Amino acid sequence: MATSKPPRTANRWQVARLVERRVETRTAQTLVLEVPDWPGHLPGQHVDLRLTAPDGYQAARSYSIAGPVVDGPGGPRVEVTVQRVHDGEVSPYLIDVFGDGDPLEVRGPLGGWFIWRPEETAPVQLVAGGSGIVPLMAMIRARRAAGSKVPFRLIYSVRTPSDVIYADELRRRVRDDFGLDIAYVYTREAPEGWRGEPHRIGLADVNTHGWPPDLQPLTYVCGPTAFVETVADLLVGLGHPSRQVKTERFGPTG
Amino acid sequence: MGIVSPGFQGRPRTQEPALPPGQYLTEDFPVLSAGPTPRVPLDTWEFVIAAENGSEHRWSWQELMALPQETPMVDIHCVTRWSKLGTNWQGVSLDTLLADVDTGAHFALAHSYGGYTTNLPLDDLRGGRAWVVHTFDGAPLPAEHGGPARLLVPHLYFWKSAKWVRGLRLKTMDEPGFWETAGYHDYGDPWREQRYQGD
Repeated sequence: MATSKPPRTANRWQVARLVERRVETRTAQTLVLEVPDWPGHLPGQHVDLRLTAPDGYQAARSYSIAGPVVDGPGGPRVEVTVQRVHDGEVSPYLIDVFGDGDPLEVRGPLGGWFIWRPEETAPVQLVAGGSGIVPLMAMIRARRAAGSKVPFRLIYSVRTPSDVIYADELRRRVRDDFGLDIAYVYTREAPEGWRGEPHRIGLADVNTHGWPPDLQPLTYVCGPTAFVETVADLLVGLGHPSRQVKTERFGPTG
Repeated sequence: MGIVSPGFQGRPRTQEPALPPGQYLTEDFPVLSAGPTPRVPLDTWEFVIAAENGSEHRWSWQELMALPQETPMVDIHCVTRWSKLGTNWQGVSLDTLLADVDTGAHFALAHSYGGYTTNLPLDDLRGGRAWVVHTFDGAPLPAEHGGPARLLVPHLYFWKSAKWVRGLRLKTMDEPGFWETAGYHDYGDPWREQRYQGD
């Protein structure tokens, strides 16, 4: 068997290089990485990124993949969106220092639970808190890329209008992606002309902008722990079966 | 050693205590769960050990509280890379709960209120290394951290310490649980960095 190629496994580390960077907000940037031996992934999955210092010290963190794989001239491209963690060890480096063409190590895709398969037919509701939008955006992008007609509703909670990641693209998609609805919740400062006061997400937001349980939607909730706890409790209270509510909680991942 | 990322220094290396590879220290207590947090009333709570021969041992909440209590202080390591040192718990040793269980099984499948499961070798639940805990830092364990009671198996990655634990099914054959079916390691030793299948 010495001649057969080893199976490509998601847990092998491989070198990836930065080929593009997009500024999303004051504190979030999208990094497009060229990953030559990428096996493909499903929306909602994540990657581990590993940095090595000259003395061999390493730090690794998990980041959600932000969209479908893209074919580039040098091979497959995978993008992640990185939110700066104050005093973090990895995110400030990725945002401030990591440069065009620089290498790091990647392994993935990882995670087999918080995923949406484009062949699913149930309506989908997505509830994002802050940078919890990233894996949900991967689902929105994959839906369009696959030509899925499944109706999607996104409820996106942010502190202020300037904290909306992918703001322009979401505006465009809500116009062009038939069957995609988006509602925003602002916790600190709402845009001009917004009806209502800034508030934390509550029953009325989820009830008004989500799907009723009778439609048996698939639900994905991603954000900080307290946000996810609140939303998941509301959904269960509204009658959504627990097993239909998938959650991903962001701990500190500096 | 991996390929160097230009300009990456990382945190100062000097005063870091010994952590498993790839872990970093946190003072917080992050939460990782796959779905909504179940709320389990104490008056209907029970813990059941079902042996492979069909026999069952059951404890109500009052019965669990009446058993000898231990107060392990342990380090915990989450597969999402945080470690928390010197955490304080109170609960009942699995040695106590397994003492009268007649079994030749080698594996246990822990199962939880809410449907979560995780598998462990039965030996790893013995020898003063595993507990059913109900108290954290002197207060009742909050629901988001697995209350009313969770498994505590600190020598394995923390997903093995099933939250909202409801019982153990003892098995002669290993049966992968929730995360293990989704690509995570069957055993999950943080010191050997067994995060994913194949590690």
